[in-house]
Amino acid sequence: MRPKLELLDKTLLNRILDEAFQLIEDPGVRVAPYVVELLRSAGVNVTDGVAHIPEALARRLLELVPSEFCLYDRKGNPAVRYGGDNVHFDPGSSCLNILDAETQQARPAQSADLVRLVQVAEMLPQFAAQSTALVCNDVPSDIGDWYRLLLVLWYSEKPVVTGAFSASSLHTLLELLAIESGGQEALRNRPRAIFDVCPSPPLNWSEFASQNLVDLARAGVPAEIVSMPLAGATAPVTLIGSVVQHAAECISGITIHQLAQPGAPIVWGGAPAIFDMRTGKTPMGAIETAMLDLGCSQVGKHLRLPTHAYMVAGDGSVVDAQVEMESGISAVLGALAGINMISGGGMLDFLACHSIEKLVIDAEAIASAQRLIEGLEPRTDSLAIAMFAQTGLQGDFLKLKETRALFRKEQHFPSAVIDRGLASSLSPVPGILDRARERVEGLLAEYRRPEINSDREKAMLVFAEREGGRAGLEGLPGILSLTHSQ
Amino acid sequence: MPDDTFSAMQQSIIDGAPDTASGLAQQAVAEGIAPLDAINNGYVPGMHAVGEQFAKGKMYLPDMMASAEAMRAAMAVLDPELKRLGTERPMAGVVVLGTTKGDIHEIGKILVGTLLSAHGFRVHDLGVDVAGEKFAAKARELNADIVGVSALLTTTMRNQRSVVEALEKAGLRSQVKVMVGGAPVTRQWAVEIGADGYAKDAMSAVALARSLMELKTQAEQPV
Repeated sequence: MRPKLELLDKTLLNRILDEAFQLIEDPGVRVAPYVVELLRSAGVNVTDGVAHIPEALARRLLELVPSEFCLYDRKGNPAVRYGGDNVHFDPGSSCLNILDAETQQARPAQSADLVRLVQVAEMLPQFAAQSTALVCNDVPSDIGDWYRLLLVLWYSEKPVVTGAFSASSLHTLLELLAIESGGQEALRNRPRAIFDVCPSPPLNWSEFASQNLVDLARAGVPAEIVSMPLAGATAPVTLIGSVVQHAAECISGITIHQLAQPGAPIVWGGAPAIFDMRTGKTPMGAIETAMLDLGCSQVGKHLRLPTHAYMVAGDGSVVDAQVEMESGISAVLGALAGINMISGGGMLDFLACHSIEKLVIDAEAIASAQRLIEGLEPRTDSLAIAMFAQTGLQGDFLKLKETRALFRKEQHFPSAVIDRGLASSLSPVPGILDRARERVEGLLAEYRRPEINSDREKAMLVFAEREGGRAGLEGLPGILSLTHSQ
Repeated sequence: MPDDTFSAMQQSIIDGAPDTASGLAQQAVAEGIAPLDAINNGYVPGMHAVGEQFAKGKMYLPDMMASAEAMRAAMAVLDPELKRLGTERPMAGVVVLGTTKGDIHEIGKILVGTLLSAHGFRVHDLGVDVAGEKFAAKARELNADIVGVSALLTTTMRNQRSVVEALEKAGLRSQVKVMVGGAPVTRQWAVEIGADGYAKDAMSAVALARSLMELKTQAEQPV
């Protein structure tokens, strides 16, 4: 039996949806000029930039959203399955800072940091997908979004959770993805990436976000709504009230998206958080933030939609017991909730900083969570009696063939990041940060860059040099084989 | 002057009770109490007490917002009276606030603006998605002491630099202090873009604004 955690009963789910549908009609949802005609053509009243979306229309469009879809790896294999209770994890996205491996001080991230992070995540099976995890400060900000995607595509074959920094740059990212996938049709048929699109709380689809929704739908590339109600600040203080707002933002986004292209893949996702009334911070490691994630995703599941949440992130500014407690708890909760994509691994300091050392520690928490949701399974005809019949009361189970045959299925073996006594001969026993550093170096040493079709690789370089040149980028930071195209 | 009235004024701020604060201000005007006395002996000590309680973790942001509302209610009564008498409340400084270009988040900025106003700053809030040139133009128009730039997103935080650059281009940088804040902003970032200060939250923004005003005053004094 697979364990499952739900926080809402059916009555409450229906009340949440009932209020969410009321909200999108009155007071309505602020939308950008880009989508006004699209909405009006479907009979939506848009007055002074506010769309009043009728429940019947929204419900009809929700029915068109695919319940399931896949992201593919570079080889074209389905590697992430959105839908149902499938659970996947990816590192958190878009950090400006990285915790330096040696000093454990935050500093602006560089291309080389993103490359290291991608290589480590590539080696960790706990992360089914990569993310464009860092904003590279050695690259002009105007091209920061496609450049970080280039680095991920260059060093990874896993699917990618990404996003554009502006309405116009989305098309540059899509062009790059199409080159890497072997054309626009190939990208549409076997999408390698999904794009986060964020409404602004409360109930506001900005020009940038509106346009991204429409353009992604028309390109056939999956979109992931990342609704971010902050309970008590930009959303009702009650957790349930914020879940309602999250639902209203997702439903209104899906309405825009499905009007642009019915049946296009989209995910019910978010990064809700409580607003700490002492500091004004948005603690991602707070239990109430995890409760918001669980509530929001349960509403999406109730509608049979693919789901996403931001979890596995801690709030302390260094890799310590606090951030790992927070991250471990939310990894387990997210997995128990059956959330399809859980972003946030590696992040700390209220999502302001990434740490590769934390990423490998989080991978252990994720592995435990993944083991947990496999549940307790009867793997033998008799649960215990047949084994007792062999050992009697001597209890010598270690010798049984069943033990040897089944222990690998029953027990998860963590890496040396987790102290299970293997390192006890060392004196002093290295602390977890040292163990994590060693793990990072070990993974980097084992990493081999996945092959890219040489024509596509050349085309990616031509693209990068052309677009980078326009922005004044010198060379291609983080990509060593510059001579390839020269 | 009845100490009881000043105490009640102070308490109205601590309680976050705008109706009481306003009523006491009206009563003071009717009784001929000098508005500056009411402000300095009643309401401002109330805000100071709130700040202290907040720093100790005994009051929370909603309490502070309510106190700022109460302060605003009292000042709505007392400001016209000050004007009528030809006096002015000593102003802590003129601040132009806004959220940077490309960013439409403003909760943090509103908190900062509310608390700065409550602590005697004259605040002009430019709103959200504000270009650097607009900050500079408003700073010039108001002869501002401080420009405060907020950003919530890592992607828009970079535009805080353009505000500093716009002030430089407008020839205002030596007269105007720049403070930055927002979820992804760090002290290091503030230094990197040439801002004068970084505040991690609304209360520290008030402390920062005060210290920037001191620096500014020192710099403007003849040597």
